[in-house]
Amino acid sequence: MYGRLVAVDHVDLDVGEGEVFALLGPNGAGKTTTVGMLTTLLRPTEGTAIVGGYDVVREPDMVRRVIGVVPQEYTADEDLSGWENLMFMASLYGIPRDEARRRAAELLEMVELSRFARVKVESYSGGMRRRLELAMGLINSPRILFLDEPTLGLDVQTRAAIWSYIRRLKDEYGMTILFTTHYMEEADLYATRIAIMDRGRIVKVGTPRELKDSIGGDVVTLNVDSMAAAKEVLRSAGIDAREYDGSLVFKLRDASTALPEILRALMGSGIQVRRMEVSEPTMDEVYLEYTGRRLRDAQASSEEAFALRATLRRARS
Amino acid sequence: MSSRRYGPLHGIWAVANRELIKWYKVPFIIGISLVQPVLWLALFGKAMNLGNLFTSSSLQIPGLDLPSQVIDELGRDIMLRVFGVTDYFSFLAAGMLSFIVLFMSMNSGMSLIWDRRLGVLNKLLTTPVPRSNLVIGKSVASVIKSLAQASVVLLVAVLLGMRFRAGLSALDFLGTYLALSLLSMGLSSLFLLLALRSTSWESQMMIMNLVNMPLLFTSNSFYPLQMMPWWLRDVAVFNPITYSNEAIRGLLLGVPGVNLYLDFAYLAAFAALFTGLLALMARRMLSR
Repeated sequence: MYGRLVAVDHVDLDVGEGEVFALLGPNGAGKTTTVGMLTTLLRPTEGTAIVGGYDVVREPDMVRRVIGVVPQEYTADEDLSGWENLMFMASLYGIPRDEARRRAAELLEMVELSRFARVKVESYSGGMRRRLELAMGLINSPRILFLDEPTLGLDVQTRAAIWSYIRRLKDEYGMTILFTTHYMEEADLYATRIAIMDRGRIVKVGTPRELKDSIGGDVVTLNVDSMAAAKEVLRSAGIDAREYDGSLVFKLRDASTALPEILRALMGSGIQVRRMEVSEPTMDEVYLEYTGRRLRDAQASSEEAFALRATLRRARS
Repeated sequence: MSSRRYGPLHGIWAVANRELIKWYKVPFIIGISLVQPVLWLALFGKAMNLGNLFTSSSLQIPGLDLPSQVIDELGRDIMLRVFGVTDYFSFLAAGMLSFIVLFMSMNSGMSLIWDRRLGVLNKLLTTPVPRSNLVIGKSVASVIKSLAQASVVLLVAVLLGMRFRAGLSALDFLGTYLALSLLSMGLSSLFLLLALRSTSWESQMMIMNLVNMPLLFTSNSFYPLQMMPWWLRDVAVFNPITYSNEAIRGLLLGVPGVNLYLDFAYLAAFAALFTGLLALMARRMLSR
């Protein structure tokens, strides 16, 4: 695939209908390669995948009919208007003209680009282009929508806006969505389930809640008058607390309901709790736990790098 | 949605149409690409007036007082023998039609390279259009563009004094366009073939610059085959441009000794070979 480098190594995934599934990982983790194989762009050297009931290796044409793809790059033709781009996509799917017109108008309305339908894409802003890409990916009413880094290079506000469109489209059309991202909070906020990818492998799959729980629950920090006694009480409750910076720190599953119980036990033993703090683990911590690092830059091919730069440049224009 | 049926030609016109919309939106570029053949016609074709060399005004043999009529007659005879027509301009103008087709068709690969570099190709590859049709569509667009440009060149040539044979019919023009279409289809497919795997438009430009002049000068665009040295003739008989020129000169100018069957058979084989090869290779090489 990329010379002798194995970009994706025996990934095993199962995404249910109607899910919003996130592939989370740094650049070069193999997310785009995975999506490439699922969208029939790349042929897996080994193994197979079933998308929408069809085998990507044996029935790629059937897969292509039921999927919509919004790639990382801006793929709209800059020389054409938004409307022309949509009509072009419709013709690639063989959608009859009347139906295509109706659908294009509806989608442009949905992503609030109706006003700019006749304007050349060249003059669209990054956010507008992303919205157009979304509309283009939906022209064939796909059952499964693939979004590869749908908010890459956009500012925080525009990212939020793009997600509100995605959610609205999802509510309206009820499709299954698989997206890739390297933004932790995006996966956390919008995905029903997340697969953490690293170095071509899936290291963990679960709902955001499950993932956070899987690293041992919420992080509780207690400031007590007697450390030793408190530790003893905690140990009898099956909790292994560490002393850290004059406080006791421990992980607790489902802290909001479990903590009062523990406080009662501590106070019952005559220990005074002066200060307490509960923090939910962030996806960042989850990621750290499973991959051993935060973000890692990976080498990309020059072709990818060029496309990425072009995308970023246009996103910022 | 998934029950929609797709024919074997699905997507060709969709792809071609996109290229055409992009093309006619920029009349500037259409104009620019016409400059060269029109310059050749107006400057070279008009100045290099071979027919005039053999008239009584330029040809005089000292000591021999031949009547000018005889000299003119002689000149016409020489021209007819060598070029098959009495005026070189018409001969060249017919050759310019293939010339513009060559120039237009060579560009076919560029749009594919850009589609690949910008990621558009990856998007196209996720649609249910057969891989081969994604590139054949580009060939078809290239053919249409070439024919449109050739029409303008033909018009300019007529305005500058191109003369057709007596008894010209609409069928002759139809044949001309058929010859040009086949030539363009073959050339467009050839250059798309070269661009199938490429991400570098620089190298594509280099190839284009490298081959355009050799392709032109190893054909009978400027001079007939029998004027060539044997080694050049041996090359020229393989050049498809030679065959389109010959067919067009036979049809429009009435140049004698033209074997239309051979010309069209060769052009058809050329177009079929490279279109077929392109379709075959696209299936294998278009995706990574």
